[in-house]
Amino acid sequence: MRITQGTFSFLPDLTDDQIRSQIEHCLENGWAVSIEHTDDPHPRNTYWEMFGNPMFDLRDAAGVMVEVDAARTTFPSHYIKVNAFDATRGVESLRLSFIVNRPDPEPGFGLVRQEAEGRSIRYTVHAYAADRPEGERYP
Amino acid sequence: MTSPAPATAPPLGAVPPLDLAGALGESGVDELLATLDAELVGLVPVKTRIREIAALLLVEKLRTQVGLSAGPPSLHMSFTGNPGTGKTTVALRMAAILHRLGYVRKGHLVAVTRDDLVGQFIGHTAPRTKEVIKRAMGGVLFIDEAYFLYRPENERDYGQEAIEILLQVMENQRDDLVVILAGYRDRMERFFQSNPGMSSRVAHHVDFPDYDPAELSAIADLMLDGMQYRLSDQARVALVEYIERRRQRPSFANARSIRNALDRARLRHANRLFATPGEVLSRDDLMTIEAADIRASRVFDDPDPEPDA
Repeated sequence: MRITQGTFSFLPDLTDDQIRSQIEHCLENGWAVSIEHTDDPHPRNTYWEMFGNPMFDLRDAAGVMVEVDAARTTFPSHYIKVNAFDATRGVESLRLSFIVNRPDPEPGFGLVRQEAEGRSIRYTVHAYAADRPEGERYP
Repeated sequence: MTSPAPATAPPLGAVPPLDLAGALGESGVDELLATLDAELVGLVPVKTRIREIAALLLVEKLRTQVGLSAGPPSLHMSFTGNPGTGKTTVALRMAAILHRLGYVRKGHLVAVTRDDLVGQFIGHTAPRTKEVIKRAMGGVLFIDEAYFLYRPENERDYGQEAIEILLQVMENQRDDLVVILAGYRDRMERFFQSNPGMSSRVAHHVDFPDYDPAELSAIADLMLDGMQYRLSDQARVALVEYIERRRQRPSFANARSIRNALDRARLRHANRLFATPGEVLSRDDLMTIEAADIRASRVFDDPDPEPDA
């Protein structure tokens, strides 16, 4: 099951050139670009692990692409996303966030039912990948 | 465009007529070189080299238009020369010129020294150097006093690590950034001797000559113009004499010494105006530096080996 999180996630995967021009757009707007990765793609897992520090004062997308490539070689089967943080007073939040790498088989989520008080049932989603220990979730 | 990367040159005759003059006009390099001539005094070897690089890049552009490709030329440079000969100023111009010629994408200059590249403990250097390199991508990385990167007297010095990372980037990401190393001549020569890898990756070694007295007064004129001051006739004579004397001093730093001298002359000028209260000042008084403002310099008290006057 294809994870749809962040911008562009309903589109086919972006090519490197498309990623580069998106980053170029972020830098033109003065946003700080950072890279994050995770192997637990649950929608409530908001805070992924940082890959290196956020990059400030960059002028050209080539600098970010170096890091994207480094992240891909380090974590070839993790989800990797690129974030753009707008530090403008009053905004101070992410403007753009999109996935640039995903594991090849994406097992997706199962529906878990839990018997609760009375006859009520609670539902939750559970990532199949999360059954295995951290670091071994994707082949 | 015939094909993106032909192995052999396309047949003769299939090429549309090329217009070198037109390409030159289009790129706007001419104006840039003209302002370079107007705003930088002397520095003939430097200007010649910049002209050559501009010509190479223009021809390279035309060659790609007709499908001839030689890959991007290596443009890493080393600027050597005495203090105050304009290395940083030219590096700034260089970034603009390379941008105009389409060689670098953004055309900004990131000026760093050893402190910005080399870390303080094991594992600190690589991320630091990489961060600087990432900031400089799309522009020019200017490493001032680059010979400090290599300290032969300490074999555990982290500078070597920074050099290795730089070398890798200079080789593999030639189209992403241009590295300019700057420093004093003799020490840079020693630096290159002990780092042959660095020397072979730097294609252009540009030497900045010292200015002669006439050039120094031309520089003073340019600076005064920029600050909207002018010299009285006696002050001009005094300045020529001042330059003559200042050049003999051990701490003479070419254009930088001139700038400092002018700054001190402005100080004395302001104090002189202040010392005569009640007088009505004209616009001329506020602009004109008199001989007394220059002759008050310590350079004129004889043989006093004071470091700076």
